[in-house]
Amino acid sequence: MELALFVVLAVIAVIAAAGVVLSKKAATGALFLLLNFCTLAGLYILLNAQFIAVAQVIIYAGAIVVLFLFVLMLLSPGKEESQDRKPYIRVFAVFLAVLMLGEVGYVAFTGVLSGTPGQYTPEKIAEVGNVQAIGQVLFTDFLLPFELASVLLLVGIVGAVVLAKREL
Amino acid sequence: MPIDYLPILILVIVALLFAALALLVPALLGPRKPTAIKFSTYESGKIPFGTTGRRFPVKYYLTAVLFILFDIEVIFLYPWAVVFKALKLFGLIEMGVFVLILLVGYFYVWRKGALEWD
Repeated sequence: MELALFVVLAVIAVIAAAGVVLSKKAATGALFLLLNFCTLAGLYILLNAQFIAVAQVIIYAGAIVVLFLFVLMLLSPGKEESQDRKPYIRVFAVFLAVLMLGEVGYVAFTGVLSGTPGQYTPEKIAEVGNVQAIGQVLFTDFLLPFELASVLLLVGIVGAVVLAKREL
Repeated sequence: MPIDYLPILILVIVALLFAALALLVPALLGPRKPTAIKFSTYESGKIPFGTTGRRFPVKYYLTAVLFILFDIEVIFLYPWAVVFKALKLFGLIEMGVFVLILLVGYFYVWRKGALEWD
């Protein structure tokens, strides 16, 4: 059951990812990205990371894709295909892709993919609850990063207003 | 446990089936007499002017970015809410500091008039 779900979700995720890159229209690509994010949320649930799955749907599928679509409409839509596609850019892109693939393959075949098991085993998480476990750790051990996240968000808010409202 | 999410999986499958049926059944059963009027774009009875490929104002971008940022703020409230009782007063203070810093941003946005639509 779990393997079948993983295979189905993974295949849809890969197809959607290919659709993002191959779509002629950028807006279609953004919608493929939405599909990809949704399948990733399913994969997170299979990995026993329910909170990340919900955050994936709320933030990535909900907000980020909306932002992408707005930015696409902000730029001139329909004309997003670049006019001056220089050949050396394509060569460079292939080189980078092969390099990345080689690196991922090297790690996948030589390294240990499963991390060191910590305090929170699946049984423990099932006992206390996934969101509870995250909250308990986030608001005690990781208090400083949590508070710093608000400063980071503040910087984002100010930056967005400064960039978009130049005239004020 | 992932098995708890079986109802959501069933919901997704039913939603997909419903969408597929809603597209397939009319395509198979419905009569097709296409005319130019039928193929024109319909949007709430308004007569379309130009294509949809027009540039949108930057105001939408600002709204979307602010939505993301406050969305991320709200995400932090979920794990906080479920352990609120265990954290006691300490939890209230730390979330208070978090929200206060973001309230500064909110008032900045408000005072700058970034929420005005003109």
